[in-house]
Amino acid sequence: MASSNRTFDLAVIGCGIVGAACARAGTRAGLRTIIVEGSLAGGGATAAGMGHIVVMDGSEAQLALTLYSRRLWQQLIPELPEAAEYRSCGTLWIAEHEAELELARRKQAKLAGQGVACEILDARQLMEAEPCLRPGLAGALRVPDDGVLYPPIAAQWLWQQAQNAGAVMRSGAIVTRIQEQAIHVAGGDRIQAGAIIVAAGSQGAELIPEIPLRPRKGHLLITDRYPGFLRHQVVELGYLQRAHAGTESSVSFNLQPRATGQVLIGSSRQYSHDRAVEPDVLSRMLARAQSYVPRLGDLRGLRAWTGFRAATPDDLPCIGPLPNRPHIFAALGHEGLGITTSLGTAELLLAQMLGAEAPIPAGPFQPARFFIETSPAGHA
Amino acid sequence: MKTGSVTIIGAGPAGLAAAAAAAPYATVTLLDENPGPGGQIWRAGAGTTTAAAELWEPARQAGAQWLGGCRVVAADAHALLLENATGAQRLPWEKLVLAPGARERFLPFPGWTLPGVLGAGGLQALVKNGLDIRGQRVMVAGSGPLLLAAAAFLRSQGAIIAGITEQATRRQLAGLAWASLVSPEKRKQASGLFRQLRGVPYLTHCWVEAAEVQESSHKNSGWLAAVRLRRGNRRWREPCDWLASGFGLAPNIELARLLGCALAPAAEGRPSSIAVDDFQLASQSNIWCAGEITGIGGLELSLLEGRIAGLAAAGQTALARRWLKARDRQRHFARALARAARLDAELRRLPGDETVICRCEDVPLGRLREYHSWREARLLGRCGMGACQGRICSDITGWLWNWQYDTTRPPVTPARISTLALMAANAEKASSSEFIL
Repeated sequence: MASSNRTFDLAVIGCGIVGAACARAGTRAGLRTIIVEGSLAGGGATAAGMGHIVVMDGSEAQLALTLYSRRLWQQLIPELPEAAEYRSCGTLWIAEHEAELELARRKQAKLAGQGVACEILDARQLMEAEPCLRPGLAGALRVPDDGVLYPPIAAQWLWQQAQNAGAVMRSGAIVTRIQEQAIHVAGGDRIQAGAIIVAAGSQGAELIPEIPLRPRKGHLLITDRYPGFLRHQVVELGYLQRAHAGTESSVSFNLQPRATGQVLIGSSRQYSHDRAVEPDVLSRMLARAQSYVPRLGDLRGLRAWTGFRAATPDDLPCIGPLPNRPHIFAALGHEGLGITTSLGTAELLLAQMLGAEAPIPAGPFQPARFFIETSPAGHA
Repeated sequence: MKTGSVTIIGAGPAGLAAAAAAAPYATVTLLDENPGPGGQIWRAGAGTTTAAAELWEPARQAGAQWLGGCRVVAADAHALLLENATGAQRLPWEKLVLAPGARERFLPFPGWTLPGVLGAGGLQALVKNGLDIRGQRVMVAGSGPLLLAAAAFLRSQGAIIAGITEQATRRQLAGLAWASLVSPEKRKQASGLFRQLRGVPYLTHCWVEAAEVQESSHKNSGWLAAVRLRRGNRRWREPCDWLASGFGLAPNIELARLLGCALAPAAEGRPSSIAVDDFQLASQSNIWCAGEITGIGGLELSLLEGRIAGLAAAGQTALARRWLKARDRQRHFARALARAARLDAELRRLPGDETVICRCEDVPLGRLREYHSWREARLLGRCGMGACQGRICSDITGWLWNWQYDTTRPPVTPARISTLALMAANAEKASSSEFIL
């Protein structure tokens, strides 16, 4: 292929939404960019996930990255094709009882402090905002500027932007090894590039074994079309705690209204490599969803599937250069937030690559945090 | 004395034959999504046809239980998840006979989604359920012997059969006539059908190129107006009220696949079926498959396969062995039939860029040309993402471009969330009302 005889400024491994965003950012910075994809572009975690654009406050760094990324998405939205199905539905963080509502108030104060529009709904206001919820819930925190989109099309659009600006794709190419400034592809080919971004999701661990990525499996189920049944993305307030409680499988309540009128039901988390839909996990997930939305039981489910989130031990992605190979950059470990944080990741990475001022503090995302320091004596 | 229990899914000829054969030796449960036994072929509106009753009565008297109006939504190695109109339950199983039959195969041409265009089987079912077809002009088009059966039935209900077009050549059909020599009952059936269809034009190597819509000024505006036919270099227009279109059948393999049963080796241009051994045993232990699921073969083959599967599942291998030869003869005929009905490659050229391929999501052929695989077409083009979950369009894309589609995920058919919440063995039952056997 002609592309392998050329030299590139930037090679991106993986054309999921994160890789596509990085390629787009690269071409916008004027870099000659190639993207290397082993299978179907946008066919990995990008295709399996829910597609929310949300602000999350699991940690200061997570809040900074999601808020920055959401801002970037909002700038792009007017340009997105209709098939990307963006809807600004907002998120309702549901408080089951008074104690959770107190948590919601604290969350509200924290988000408002960062300039995020959000408001507390009491029980009555919640029922008006989302009539399908069961009565007796204490209230909710409403974050109106959150949204949902259809990730495979969004990723494809980001890639097309890069392509229109001159980026090329090497598809069907399995990367076997990376070196400083060179990618080795199955079949013996080599691609030369000044910098390499590894955005290969769960498979990134094979290329950068120092980063402790683990696939965290999730189940989802989508219903037939019921326009108007659900208005907001609704999530239980205990989501972050339940989702990251430990290593055993957990389910939490999370529904999304899709542009098609379908309801997307999530979510589950467990460490696993097995792709199969597990009846036990699916049952529990659906039962939990029904406990919040009783009428959900009468909707018809069309299809269930699973996907793998690439998780790091501290639940923050790796966005930055490898300490031992400074021309190789990681864009890995986005767990369940890769759709939201793809744009922020790309900008943060390019700023580091080009020595520009970082839009948000890059420190917490450095891959170096996972590299055990070896004796410096042997290195020049 | 009865040993063990046999659960039979599907109460068409294969399932009924399995029930009748197994009931004296095992505790039998027969279930079907229709309210009464008979399946698609012996559908009788509200009641039960004589043919179905002849098999079901002895089974019932031997203690077989009937579970009608319920669908299998998911299954694992221990239990089936069932749903009916009001509730759901997990039904444990020991031995399974899968006889879920087949669905109609649709091939696209301009206008194939117009109101008035139906599957040949679908139109028959509508008439059996009360649609008045008297005096209506019906064109019957496609391929295979089911066209003759459909035409004869519709004519008996008062329809005017404008013609029957068979895409296969006379030469291919001559091969079929030769094959039918092995089966006197087939020969009898065929001559009986032709007698009932006396006076109806039967055109070989002829097909519908397009269906035309009634103009907006017409009282039936939007409905089918006529079909454009082609036979060799001759093209003409035939006005009609209905088009009963049929290109054979595709086995319902989804449940068997979910249970891990292996596919039979692929046959070119033919939809996938499930592999079975001499005694109809699938690749999974304790699961037998009978009827169209093992490859389209028609009534006689289904009855024999069902009988063998039922006996084998009930542990009566020696009895089952007696029927193997007769079944093999029918299989031989079925294979010859499949060869004779091979679709003309020219048919692939009928759909235009505007022709809808995925009816659920309104995806036209032109958009699918952008994609290279079924998965890409799904993810980026929504093809097969709708209520039928690609059952119709995946067969079409498989035929057009050899795209492979195989999914083994639950649910096998759309089901209520409250039902799916019962999928786990230890599911909390509070959320759904159970129905009792």
